Amino acid sequence: MPSANLLQSLDYSVLQQCMHCGMCLPTCPTYMETKLERNSPRGRISLMRAVADGELEVTKALSDEMYYCLGCLACQTACPAGVNYAELFETARAEVEQAQVNDGMQRGFWRWLSLNVIFMRPWLLRLIGRVLRIYQSTGLEKLMRKVHFFGLMPPSLKKLEPQTPQIAAHFSDDLILPDEVPQVSKGYRVGLLTGCIQDLAFSNINRDTADVLLANGCEVITPRSQSCCGSLHAHNGELELARELARRQIDSFDLDELDAVITNAGGCGSHLKTYGHLLHDDPFYAAKAKQWDSKVKDIHEWLVQIRFRKPTAGAGVGEVTYHESCHLCHGQKVVSQPRQILNSIPGLVFKELPESNWCCGSAGIYNITQPEQSQKLLDRKVANLRQAGAPVVATSNPGCHLQIANGLRSCGSHPCHEVTQPVTLLAQAYRAESVSESAS
Amino acid sequence: MPAVNQIEAPFIETLKEILSPDRVLTSAEDIVPYSFDGTAALKQRPGAVVFPLTAEEVSECVKLARRNNVPVVTRGSGTGLSGGSVPLSGCLVICLVKMDKLIEVDEKNLTLRAQSGVITKEIDDAAAKVGLFYPPDPGSMKISTIGGNVAENSGGLRGLKYGVTRDYVMGIEVVLPDGTLTFLGNKCVKDVAGYSMKDLFIGSEGTLGIITEVILKVLPRPKARKTMLALYDSMDAAAKSISAIIAAKIIPCTLEFLDRVTVQCVEDYAKIGLPTDVEALVLMETDGHPVVVEEEAAQMMALAKANGAHDVRAAADEAEGAKLAAARRNAFSALARVRPTTILEDVTVPRSELATMVAFIDSVAKKHQLQIGTFGHLGDGNLHPTFLTNERDHEEMHRIEVALEEIVEETIRLGGTVTGEHGVGLAKKAFLKRQLGEGSFELMRSIKQALDPQGLLNPGKIFDPRN
Repeated sequence: MPSANLLQSLDYSVLQQCMHCGMCLPTCPTYMETKLERNSPRGRISLMRAVADGELEVTKALSDEMYYCLGCLACQTACPAGVNYAELFETARAEVEQAQVNDGMQRGFWRWLSLNVIFMRPWLLRLIGRVLRIYQSTGLEKLMRKVHFFGLMPPSLKKLEPQTPQIAAHFSDDLILPDEVPQVSKGYRVGLLTGCIQDLAFSNINRDTADVLLANGCEVITPRSQSCCGSLHAHNGELELARELARRQIDSFDLDELDAVITNAGGCGSHLKTYGHLLHDDPFYAAKAKQWDSKVKDIHEWLVQIRFRKPTAGAGVGEVTYHESCHLCHGQKVVSQPRQILNSIPGLVFKELPESNWCCGSAGIYNITQPEQSQKLLDRKVANLRQAGAPVVATSNPGCHLQIANGLRSCGSHPCHEVTQPVTLLAQAYRAESVSESAS
Repeated sequence: MPAVNQIEAPFIETLKEILSPDRVLTSAEDIVPYSFDGTAALKQRPGAVVFPLTAEEVSECVKLARRNNVPVVTRGSGTGLSGGSVPLSGCLVICLVKMDKLIEVDEKNLTLRAQSGVITKEIDDAAAKVGLFYPPDPGSMKISTIGGNVAENSGGLRGLKYGVTRDYVMGIEVVLPDGTLTFLGNKCVKDVAGYSMKDLFIGSEGTLGIITEVILKVLPRPKARKTMLALYDSMDAAAKSISAIIAAKIIPCTLEFLDRVTVQCVEDYAKIGLPTDVEALVLMETDGHPVVVEEEAAQMMALAKANGAHDVRAAADEAEGAKLAAARRNAFSALARVRPTTILEDVTVPRSELATMVAFIDSVAKKHQLQIGTFGHLGDGNLHPTFLTNERDHEEMHRIEVALEEIVEETIRLGGTVTGEHGVGLAKKAFLKRQLGEGSFELMRSIKQALDPQGLLNPGKIFDPRN
């Protein structure tokens, strides 16, 4: 069924809001790399507008440009006119997918397998996680590396192999009960989103999140076998699948009974807060999605909002620097809260990271689709971390966490040797309190 | 306009030989984003966009364009606000952003030398590293190029005390319309050898030559700065305060104002706790030696109060200063969000006429039922009436044209200028002759005719060529 050009059916005022002043240019990592306008936010918007105006065909070159964009949303922070670049960028990617200008058999297969199959089925994703865990923990991985098995793979895949996240021994459902009640309640009741990659690779961070919520008097409700939030789908031009996942998320929580729905991954949070727009013309879900948006809170945002308790013990760390997840700072404008949390921890010395809000190159699956540009950004991040000089860097998005850890691992000696998250440090500090109490 | 040629395939091939194939863009996806600059509602697709790295390459491109009678439009980052770097349909665009070498900071002579594509802020950052200061600070300085600033003679917030770009240009390297590469000016403070040719090219908007390198004057960086905010119930009172401050022999580095509409928009957008019933908000700054700064700041606050300010606050430190400056910093953003299209004007009047002009703009807005927020530079009379509209609403756009006509008429009557810092480009072209008068207007056209007889450099900007 041929459908209407998505850019042409988009509310034109969203495109028109860009007054092409150029203030986005110096904040755009791809423009600063090439100094070519097409690689800039206003350049891309002009291309979208040309498509909407019928002056430009949807071509492979247009598709390449839309996928060269990191979607880091730094431009949204810089934009004086408040252009909704996230919506434009998602619509443009959906349009190039719909126009099928980019379809090779191989790309089509991998997209279908990951977006339509694996990330739509939480049980399958976790099954793959379990298999991968066995592979990693039985020594099979080491063996394969030893016999240079990956030498047989195409170079692009070979390069990615070491970046496979270390799968956790237990997933969130094993670590967190469906309903956990704090020792001292403050009357808050919150839902906890466990994510997909976060659940597979960082279930401990989900546990930490639950712990800091409990320590601050929140009852924590964690539905089982949660789905992907759909940000992966929305950012890769599959808006219908993203809507399906949004409906599932909404259904898994009883919103009327919750004060907030907590997310601890910057990338997910930014998308989770736009369900209202995503489902605005869904007759059954529009109102619920709006209510959902109002309840979704980033963990740092929520902690500061409820005036979280300052820990009395330290987290066993000295100097700590902070890398901002793009979708936390640019997408959700949560900037000061993670810093406030870090600064609240006794003994922790906070050091600012130069260019802390410049993308690390992880950007969803950008490190897979655009490895070269991703590596340049990672190198820049690693160099900035060297300048900051702190032994520990905190961040709050699984993609950034993995990307930076890989970058530090591959550079030999580096002053920074640990990647962690603000909630983990806060949870450690709270736990240290009870240890010191029982010791005294 | 004299007949010019379109770009053809052999021309493209030669460009690729002069430069390299990757520095010559011709595909639609590559060049559509070069169809505009920072000016609202102006758009023309060029035929090709090239990125030279040296003045010699620029010269070769210009010679080729001349042989083929192809018009050339030069641009930097494309942040101009008068359409000065909007291409002609099918023309050659020479984009200088890749000529971005900062060549030298000369602490002995207090000069700085840079290629045209260096970002303005990087110029000041380089100066700051050795305790020096490049004062012109146009609103787009984080991305505008120094070449563009010189070609447009850009202003900024510090005009009253520090002047504009022209006051800091000591020398320029320029490619003339026939391709000749020449250097005008030098590092000497005193230099009266012949005509001051560099001054002809400053503010010439790419119509007389292509500036490829600049020598700039820099100053010792001021050691201290103090920020203050004053609120007024009338624009007249605000203007009187400023006159009193200047009469007291104080030259503040910043004297910025927001009118009622702008304050309301800022408060709606940024929620920084501004009262929305004020007629004028004034941001004042003084900089220099710490002792002098303290003394001047106290005097400025007293004068503001004596002249009717009902609320005056001073910042204790830089961080607090930034808070006070938030309203001014958010002014344009706040206005730009109200409607899809934002048209930023920059009519300028002698300082003494500023209150009259602001009141006039207000009355024009009421008369034509338009949303106009005015903010700008109290110290130098440079106003930014900002029309909030929708370019697709043709009826409203027509009312804006009529309103602008009336504002221009009043500006000229008060002895002002149609553009204080954005340039004429395409946007102010219709008003230029009226402001300049026949003699001055024809003198400009004669100069253009003499330097660029084929009319190939940025044709149709500032004025139309003679038939």
